[in-house]
Amino acid sequence: MTVRLEGIPEKPRTAWSARFQESGLMWRALRRDRLAVLSLVIIAIFILGAVFAPWLAPYPDQGMGKANLKEKLDPPSSAHLLGTDDLGRDLLSRMILGSRPSLSIGLFVVGLAMLIGTPLGAIAGYFGGWIDQTIMRITDIFLSFPALLLAIAVSAALGASFFNAMLSITLAWWPWYTRLARAQTVSLKEQTFVEASRAIGVPGFTIIRRHIIPNVLTPALVQATMDIGSAILMGAALSFVGLGVQLPRPDWGNMLNVARLYFNDGPWFAVFPGLAILIVAMSFNLLGDGVRDVLDPQSRRTG
Amino acid sequence: MMNDIGDTDGAREAQVEVKDLVKHFAQRGGFLGRNPRVVRAVDGVSLKIAHKRTLGLVGESGCGKTTIGRCILRLIEPTSGEVHFEGVDVLGLSGRQLRRMRRDMQMVFQNPYSSLDPRMSVLSIVGEPIQTHLSLSHSEMRDRVVELLEQVGMSGDHIYRYPHEFSGGQLQRIAVARALALNPKFLVLDEPTAALDVSVQAQVIAKLVELQQDLNLTYLFISHNLTLVHYVSDTIAVTYLGRIIEHASSEAIFDNPIHPYTQALLSATPSLDRELRQQRVILTGGVPDPVNPPPGCVFHPRCSRAKDACRQEEPRLVNAGDGHMVACHL
Repeated sequence: MTVRLEGIPEKPRTAWSARFQESGLMWRALRRDRLAVLSLVIIAIFILGAVFAPWLAPYPDQGMGKANLKEKLDPPSSAHLLGTDDLGRDLLSRMILGSRPSLSIGLFVVGLAMLIGTPLGAIAGYFGGWIDQTIMRITDIFLSFPALLLAIAVSAALGASFFNAMLSITLAWWPWYTRLARAQTVSLKEQTFVEASRAIGVPGFTIIRRHIIPNVLTPALVQATMDIGSAILMGAALSFVGLGVQLPRPDWGNMLNVARLYFNDGPWFAVFPGLAILIVAMSFNLLGDGVRDVLDPQSRRTG
Repeated sequence: MMNDIGDTDGAREAQVEVKDLVKHFAQRGGFLGRNPRVVRAVDGVSLKIAHKRTLGLVGESGCGKTTIGRCILRLIEPTSGEVHFEGVDVLGLSGRQLRRMRRDMQMVFQNPYSSLDPRMSVLSIVGEPIQTHLSLSHSEMRDRVVELLEQVGMSGDHIYRYPHEFSGGQLQRIAVARALALNPKFLVLDEPTAALDVSVQAQVIAKLVELQQDLNLTYLFISHNLTLVHYVSDTIAVTYLGRIIEHASSEAIFDNPIHPYTQALLSATPSLDRELRQQRVILTGGVPDPVNPPPGCVFHPRCSRAKDACRQEEPRLVNAGDGHMVACHL
């Protein structure tokens, strides 16, 4: 065998093709779950709406906060499809622009929580001993507070802003992924293919990166899909109590907060943002359910 | 006293030498783990394997065969004892030295369905040892993997496939290819065919024997199948409850088994010979609890010829002539 020293050997691209192949199988099975497909379509519509918000909103400047006091609390009409709010702004425009912070909180929080939590859990589960104890006791500290309370406390301490709200929710969220990843790792560690890797002489961190994390990622992704809905709810809750997105910038949460004062005069003002939160959170939950069912080994690879 | 164990072919240097290997597993028991139970999985095992030879390790399930194999490779840390590979003290190696040592000592596991990462292609699986220890370019690695696959009798076209696309026999060949990737000198084969169909077993075994010839390998062949072990091994060690109770050349074990347990095992192998079938020794009961091994000879509760001495004093492994070692008072 010739051994040439030419730096880092070319990385095999095969781990990714494995995932693509798996995604293909998943998609085929998921397609038969109508509720999940419907959820996926709804989520896609909302995400497209958020991305193209400034072009989609009929009154983008009102959406961003410009008052229009002549048309205060107008009911839905052809000019304002969902009516107007307490300052006469077009509610549809506010909602389209408000979907940006709501959706990005969901995706950002869950993404970051997974990014922090999963490797920590894999490390704790793989190495065990004092490393495990240290990491898991830290997660216990975080989990001993109710998540919303912790997020409110951190958010209040850091100062009310959209970014701080995202950080504080992430802080309350990552320990769940650590627990999930640790539990998966502990059972994966006993699999012979991990032992085989050790027999080859692969260092511990490489085993975690190469064998543990790819195998933990699937259940973590299912959890993430279901969590996005809850994270959006929590983001809206923070905005609702005034700790998230600050007025006049719109967010479904802070819109709801203002709207409850005008519920008798303009119920549409409260109903539509509430409905948006409900639909998006539910869609993510149903999609998560669908993905979980697909990954159930019983139903898997039969399609 | 243990020096001549398995030295059935004279002056040959032992490549792998195990002395008084002990592995106890602590099992928590009682309230808050106050009554820890100690499972004596391996209790003082000594072995020698000469270069290019095969030692067969036979015994019932749960008698510590696999644990011995894992301890030799330090996949689990033995409680005490010594393991030498080509004179190097394996148990004294640091983490980094051990990883280098792993190039020379490899293992093939019992169940190929779980010993290969389902998310990795054959190229990544067989290439993993190469990637870990050598710096080859991607194309060099691919060529080497193809070569290895062909060596174990598979087509090199399979490199981009995944484990679930193969049969058990093919998977085990892939596992063998992975074990051979770094040109090891010593392989632990842990029941490599137990999870396979009988027809496939024969093919895999034939391949392993062929590879041993071609690549000058030393094997530790772990199995519960005496006939299989007889076929592949030069010497055989019969284990019972974490101990070796008989250790001799393959022919000696088969033609002249001394220990009653070995005799029982041999008579349990299916035979077409009516006379042999009629002399069958049937063992009653199961293997005793390794937490509380019986006093004296560990086999005495199931032995048809047990005497008083067997119940009191543990027999030592002694030479019964021609290097045929046996631990029995009879």
